[in-house]
Amino acid sequence: MLRVEEITKDYDGKPLLKGITFEVQQGELVCLLGSSGSGKSTMLRIIAGLEEPKSGQVFWNGEDYTQKPAHERGFGLMFQDYALFPHRSVVENIAFGLRMAGRTKGEIDTLVQKALISIRMQDFANRPVTELSGGEQQRVALARALAPDPHLLMLDEPLGALDHNLRTELLKELRKRLHDSQKPVIYVTHDQEEAFALADRLLLLHDGKLVQEGAPEKVFIQPANAWVASFLGLGNLVPAKLVGSNCVHTELGQFEIPTLPDLQPGLECTLLLRPEDALLGEKAAAQPNNLRASVQDSIFMGEYYRLELLVGQNLLQVNSLQPVAIGGTIDIAWHGSTLQCLPVEN
Amino acid sequence: MKRSGSLSWLLWLAPLVFLLFFFYQPLLAIFRQVFSERFNQGWNFFSWNQITRPLLFTFWQAFLSTILTLLVGLPAAFLFARFDFAGRKWLHTLSLLPFILPTVVVATAFNTLIGPRGWLNLILMDLFNLTNPPLSLLNSLPAILLAHVFYNTSIIIRIVGNAISRLNPHYDEAARVLHATPWQAFREVSLPLLMPSILGASLLVFLFDFTSFGVVLMLGGPQYATIEVEIYTQAMSRFNLPMAGLLSMIQLVVTLLITLAQNRLKNPRFGKAAISTEEKTRQRPANRMQRMFVILMCLLLVLLFVSPILSLVSRSLVTLEAARAERGEFETGFTTRYYTELFQNRSGSIFYANPLAAIRNSLVYSLLTMVIATTLGFLTAYALSRSGKFTRWLEPLFMLPLGASAVILGLGFLLTFNKPPWISGSFPILIPIAHSLIALPFVVRTILPAIQGIPNSLREAARVMGAKPWKVIREVDLPILLRAVIVSLAFSFTISLGEFGASSFLANVRTPTIPVTIFRYISQPGALNYGQALAMSTLLLLTSAAGSLLIEKIRLPGEELF
Repeated sequence: MLRVEEITKDYDGKPLLKGITFEVQQGELVCLLGSSGSGKSTMLRIIAGLEEPKSGQVFWNGEDYTQKPAHERGFGLMFQDYALFPHRSVVENIAFGLRMAGRTKGEIDTLVQKALISIRMQDFANRPVTELSGGEQQRVALARALAPDPHLLMLDEPLGALDHNLRTELLKELRKRLHDSQKPVIYVTHDQEEAFALADRLLLLHDGKLVQEGAPEKVFIQPANAWVASFLGLGNLVPAKLVGSNCVHTELGQFEIPTLPDLQPGLECTLLLRPEDALLGEKAAAQPNNLRASVQDSIFMGEYYRLELLVGQNLLQVNSLQPVAIGGTIDIAWHGSTLQCLPVEN
Repeated sequence: MKRSGSLSWLLWLAPLVFLLFFFYQPLLAIFRQVFSERFNQGWNFFSWNQITRPLLFTFWQAFLSTILTLLVGLPAAFLFARFDFAGRKWLHTLSLLPFILPTVVVATAFNTLIGPRGWLNLILMDLFNLTNPPLSLLNSLPAILLAHVFYNTSIIIRIVGNAISRLNPHYDEAARVLHATPWQAFREVSLPLLMPSILGASLLVFLFDFTSFGVVLMLGGPQYATIEVEIYTQAMSRFNLPMAGLLSMIQLVVTLLITLAQNRLKNPRFGKAAISTEEKTRQRPANRMQRMFVILMCLLLVLLFVSPILSLVSRSLVTLEAARAERGEFETGFTTRYYTELFQNRSGSIFYANPLAAIRNSLVYSLLTMVIATTLGFLTAYALSRSGKFTRWLEPLFMLPLGASAVILGLGFLLTFNKPPWISGSFPILIPIAHSLIALPFVVRTILPAIQGIPNSLREAARVMGAKPWKVIREVDLPILLRAVIVSLAFSFTISLGEFGASSFLANVRTPTIPVTIFRYISQPGALNYGQALAMSTLLLLTSAAGSLLIEKIRLPGEELF
């Protein structure tokens, strides 16, 4: 299937991609995740053939596609702004790829009708695309990208331009459509919720490199480094130093971590304290790693309260099922087995 | 707002009276001239051939000029919109310069390049030892076409280039991932999206070529008369005023139709959807093909824009007189004599045109035009910016003068004001008035967007804080509009300084302007006359270039002049 090898690319004279290698298998949905400006979209454009890499190769089923022009690749790409042709109707937009691929008129009509039904927009067939709502445009763009039956589908932040409620709704629909299509999909986003909900596999892009790849659960449980944990919003990150076996020293104090692999003492790392694993009040007092914190804020989140706590100079966030009085103090602790020491990002 | 709304007709008053008296009255005079002749003599003052010949030629040369301009302008627009290269900004500024150059300067410049005394012929004569200029490019259709391309390429670059750089590059890319070859993507997607601007720009170029006067008069010679030139010839040499009037009416109708079509096309159909917001659309040429394209286009543009200007300036500083005795020999050398001669008083000859007086006159006319046009334009723009029934009803009245050419204006003035007190006084006030009418549309188009661009919330904020209405204008509107006003002043000054069409009707021997004097010099034999025409053209060129640079510098981006 798709394989990109050691792709590099400069932007404005600075390296943007510093050697990216990954594969996408048949029927697999891969999410390329990274902050804005990290080069995610550029990676897609290189695969699509819209930009040339500085070095490295793109292979499709073992064939080198690096020099192949975009229109001969047969890859679909959906743009963040959808790029629906404003001078053409809904039908004409969906039919465009089929027409360019040289399909007969009969085939085109049948396939376009099918596509319209699948996005439930039969009544919109001859509308100008400029009159559609954001959600409708998104559906048409997806239908247009899928119509010529691409070998590979790429989506560049397909929900990025929509408001929150619509995103949740379309995310479900998109998930179903993409899985039903059985196509290999590369989905670019900066939103980890989207990525978790959709992906079979995550690729995390940071500073021009893939810093981690794996199933969403695996990445969630075992982030590769402090940047991944911070980008995914996994919890409180505190600089730490190894002191002896199974013990780290931080500004908050010493933490016992029984699961810590045998590492050289004095090594710098980052301690991840997950809000949902925090023990509070009496449960905390019984733990060895307990801290006394003053409650700065308590925010109702629906199923829990998000507490903002001050320990020394450090602000920590923890989840609590009970409301806690603001201004008071509280004992908190983490069970040693829930703590993780992550390599510092270098 | 109600009270000031009912008073807003006062704003209209001055510009309206001015237009009625100085534009619609002369126009009416042309109509009267033609139709009274119809009743008196049954329109036997012309044969149809006299009308169809110049009319067809006008269409033909305008059509050819437009096609050629597109051939140069479209690639140039693409060059500036899509590529970054060393000297891009410099070349872009240069390519916009011709638009503001006076017609006489352009005509003289091409004369120094391809005329019998021009560089091209002189070099050939020197190379091949010839006695006579081998190329007779002057007084030919190619000369007219060349000058028109020189003039109007800037319009294509400006309008179409703008459209290209604002076109979302994702459209082309989306087409290409949907199996379209680059050519198909261009034909199916980019071209249809750019078509309204290309058509609009083409019509504008056609309009300018259709109404071209000075260039055709000076480069086309007697056998290539467009309607404008024919109007001038009929009125000024044959004294057949009904004929000139009839041609003017035909000209007016055609230009109005083109203007209407052009205005319909001007509003982009696809709105904001087709405009890219953040995408950087310019890039360095990426491969050999693109590098070749950039280099060749740059060469072509430099050749097109620089060579006439350089030729004019250099030729004005060089004596090149054939030595009497020997064949094909020249005395050449650097000289400033043509410039110093401008300031000598030699009123002996019959043909003598006093250059000093012309410079003085032109400056006075230009200063007056600056004041009249900007004042009236400001009032008009303010009145047009108020919405209301009255505005909608009057607006076309203000926009009609756009369709009338300078030559028609000159003829109308001649018919209307050829009587005291207009011509008996020592000062030809008609010239700055005609210039103001010509500059007025440009002024309105500069100031109106500036006024409309001021958010009403600013005025309301000022009013809430206790500012009286006139104070709101002084504290909010005026500081913002100052820029537009300066541009208008520079614009009207530059336009007046180079105006030739109307002046050629209105300026007499005692009251010449610079362009009229240049025309007289270059129409006469003799190296000194030729040289003086070049020297004056160079001075005018420098002034116009300075004016145009000033306008470019302080003009707010996004203001459209067409």
